Amino acid sequence: MMNYSKLGLKVGLEIHQQLDTNKLFCKCPSELVDEKGREVLRNLRPVASELGEFDQAAIMEAAKGLKFRYQSPGKSSCLVELDEEPPEGPNEKAVEVALKMALFMKAKVLDEIQFMRKIVIDGSNTAGFQRTSLLAVDGTLEVNDKEIGIPSICLEEDAARSIDEKDGVKTYRLDRLGIPLVEIVTSPVIESPEEAKTVAQTIGGLLRATRMVKRGLGTIREDVNISITKGARVEIKGVQDLRMLPEFVREEVQRQIRLLKAREVLRKREAEPDTNITDLTAAFKDTKNKIIAGNLKRGQGVYGIRLKGFGGTLRGKWGEAILGQEFASYAKTVGVSGIFHSDELPGYGITQKEINQVLKKLSLEKKDAFVMVSHNEDTAKNALEMVIKRALMALDGVPEETRNARLDSTTEYSRPISGRARMYPETDIPPYNIHEKRLEKLSQELPETPKQRVKRYLNDYELNREQSIQLFRKGYDLIFEEIADTYGNPSVVANTFLQSFPELEREGYEPSLIEESTLKEIFKGLSEDDFAKEGVPEILKYLSKGKNLDDALASAGIEEVDMVHVRDRIRTILDERHDFIKERGISALGPLMGVVMKEFRGKVDGKKLSNILKEELLKRV
Amino acid sequence: MRAVPLTEVSVGDKIRLDIDGKEYEGILMPHHRFSGKDIITLKLDNGYNMGIKIKKGTMVTLVERKREDEKIIKVPKVDNNRPKISIIGTGGTIASYVEYTTGAVHPAETAAEMLYSNPDIADRCTPKVKIILSKLSEDMVPGDWIDIAEAVTSELNSGAEGVVIAHGTDTMGYTAAALSFLLDELPKPVVLVGSQRSSDRPSSDAHLNLLAAIELAKSNVCGVYVVMHKTVDDKICSIHLGTRIRKMHTSRRDAFKSINSMPVGWVEPMAKKIILKDLPEKNDGDATRIGGIEPDVALIYVTPALSEDDLLYAAGKKGIVLVGTGLGHLNSDLIPTIKEIIREGIPVVMTSQCIHGTVNCHVYSNGRKLLEAGVIPCGDILPETALVKLMWCLTLDGDIRELMTTNIVGELGSRRMI
Repeated sequence: MMNYSKLGLKVGLEIHQQLDTNKLFCKCPSELVDEKGREVLRNLRPVASELGEFDQAAIMEAAKGLKFRYQSPGKSSCLVELDEEPPEGPNEKAVEVALKMALFMKAKVLDEIQFMRKIVIDGSNTAGFQRTSLLAVDGTLEVNDKEIGIPSICLEEDAARSIDEKDGVKTYRLDRLGIPLVEIVTSPVIESPEEAKTVAQTIGGLLRATRMVKRGLGTIREDVNISITKGARVEIKGVQDLRMLPEFVREEVQRQIRLLKAREVLRKREAEPDTNITDLTAAFKDTKNKIIAGNLKRGQGVYGIRLKGFGGTLRGKWGEAILGQEFASYAKTVGVSGIFHSDELPGYGITQKEINQVLKKLSLEKKDAFVMVSHNEDTAKNALEMVIKRALMALDGVPEETRNARLDSTTEYSRPISGRARMYPETDIPPYNIHEKRLEKLSQELPETPKQRVKRYLNDYELNREQSIQLFRKGYDLIFEEIADTYGNPSVVANTFLQSFPELEREGYEPSLIEESTLKEIFKGLSEDDFAKEGVPEILKYLSKGKNLDDALASAGIEEVDMVHVRDRIRTILDERHDFIKERGISALGPLMGVVMKEFRGKVDGKKLSNILKEELLKRV
Repeated sequence: MRAVPLTEVSVGDKIRLDIDGKEYEGILMPHHRFSGKDIITLKLDNGYNMGIKIKKGTMVTLVERKREDEKIIKVPKVDNNRPKISIIGTGGTIASYVEYTTGAVHPAETAAEMLYSNPDIADRCTPKVKIILSKLSEDMVPGDWIDIAEAVTSELNSGAEGVVIAHGTDTMGYTAAALSFLLDELPKPVVLVGSQRSSDRPSSDAHLNLLAAIELAKSNVCGVYVVMHKTVDDKICSIHLGTRIRKMHTSRRDAFKSINSMPVGWVEPMAKKIILKDLPEKNDGDATRIGGIEPDVALIYVTPALSEDDLLYAAGKKGIVLVGTGLGHLNSDLIPTIKEIIREGIPVVMTSQCIHGTVNCHVYSNGRKLLEAGVIPCGDILPETALVKLMWCLTLDGDIRELMTTNIVGELGSRRMI
């Protein structure tokens, strides 16, 4: 177990939630679609600033020399998304959701919202900037009795959806571009991986409480800022599953620890990368490595550098990634697919004999490392320059940077942390006033928070805490309340959603096919004693196959049971067991109940059966 | 640091103010035209602008006076052995740079600035940049066309291989038509170019259009052309004849279309590819201006609501261009008034608001009556080009009817293709 407070772990979150309204700056619906639509080719180019500086992150993207292709499906994109028409003012409903969040968190709402252009030239925004606005500042959130500062709440547009990248052309679809996002930023006061998850869940709960947010994978995304003492602030972008948050934090802490250890080794050895790049092609003319062999056939070569004193810091003893992977991701930014390095060789078809030649050519000594790239000369040299740059940074430990989240909770370097000079006013959208009266009205209409709801469920429906939380988290709270308020049986209704539904899913049924109106019919029937609560899962099973209610009832063997008939049948059962009753007296109730239940399970409520049985039994003893 | 009244700080200063017990620090921004009166805007450290309402007499703390950052203009190396191209700036923002603090977009005001924001121009030519006007194109007046024409002749007569004119898009079609008539014996190419999407955005069409214009200015043709995006893709630019071009969309980058004719060529700047139709070739002649511009001409859009009063209002002009309905028509009740105006010696020419297709006044009786009244039918010319041409013709010695019905620089077509 890591001692995170000793490590000085500090985590801050940026939560981006898609809103369930039309798009922020046009009237397009906020829907992802399968259609490609018309494809448009574009370039982006950083614009010079007066101070003679291009933004660092912007330049890097431009250096990649990428072209962009935009798929523009007519159903959810228009000229605004294609940057062919100026934006309209912000969607009112989206503003309202953001304001509600600000009020939930007792933040100070700005008197006037001003949209900004935030330069982003990775192609994810057709304009080359994202439109974003600061809406409220200085909020707070209480999580497990700890106050978490919320320095800012922003309203902004989502980026285009990345489809693929081939032959230097990055393809995006415009359906996602412009979907409103509320961005909630926490102070970096989170001190453990688990706490990160709890804070994210609490914020997620408040967002859903507005009932105006999208649900499902990709509709909420977290950026996580992580640092430890002596480490550096690293921003991990695009964590989609908040249950994975703790894992990302743990992984990043480990990575920073490994980099700090590597730094120690490098400093002790006075390590230093060579700056001259050597042509190693000759050593590989008969290589079995498929990538290199293929490249040589195309007239490309193999180039390498010596990293003095870096031996063993590229990959750990147990194969754990250290600097090797960092070097590779830096090299990839100039268009190579990867690197070869000494800590992983021999391997990949590269033989010791070939390595010996490399060692000789680079005059490698013990404790040195080498890195090779196979590509055309210019690109390979650019890639090795990037490796040298990163190797120099390794001498300082952990660089501040932005990394992309991968699905397996590891991350990959994407770019340096963006400088500050990349935001300027969006002059196409006039300033937007927030009147005090509107805020007052909204505070009065503020929806119930998850905390308040749990309290109400405990009191009004006698559910337990976990049930109350789960109903809301899974999105069943509204239908639950409607059914329980009309037909009673809150605990059966809750269990239907929280137990029967997941069970049915595990068995391969699709309870999501059951219409709300049918569900209501079931609980109406239950409240009128048409069948017993034990019969509900069986009925649901048939309904999940797409049957209608009558057929489901018939298939489940449930028809209307005449209570007179039930009593008659119980009497017969008792008659048949006359001797047993005489022998056992009132204690025969238990065993007899078993017999009766066998016959009426699911058709008649157990409590009712037990009452009739008791009455009839008492007459006989 | 002591508190001072808001009046004692100025835009660009870093200030701190206390609102409801909380302190906010940022750079004071200029007041936005549409901001509330009592709102001030601070640019926070995180880059966002925040608009806050302040009460009269609010005190603020001055943290730091505005820093005067030095402009850094790095001019790319110019190779003097490349084709000499003159780039004339008229004030559009096709070449500009951003002041990120305020968001202000400054047009390039000097040659150095123009090259600084588009350094790759120098890879393609030996540029000579001249900024002659600083006007948005909607603010241009006919007199500006003369100034631009003069600048073009002086550039061409002092060694330029071609001229590129950076121009706002709103009235670029008018300027292109005016230059076409004023400079009708051009020995070299003159290329107007603009941008539809503001040049501060990384997605602006300005850069590609400018490079395309330079490619055309270097080519072996002569005449006045407009070069703009062919489609909404950033790939190919179309070359249009200066008298045939019309802005057909308020915002799209492919807004400029050749009307009643095809583009005369295409440029793919990144591939340095250029395809030209059969265009007149470059020669060694001098560039001279022919005629001038008579600004006092009206263009009247014919609608069902057009009244006799409206027409009489224009009767004091030196000439009138009617933008008629259909094949070139006007309410029959107004024809006697038109006849009266023509009798006063004011030329009245007919174009069509259909834009596409030609005027033909022989098909319906309304047209025939207009011809009898003395209206000059102007074929498939664009209404705006007809306006400019009439302004020019009025300064010449020739017969207006003959000039207006004769093709001079491609403005009138004899065949309309399927």
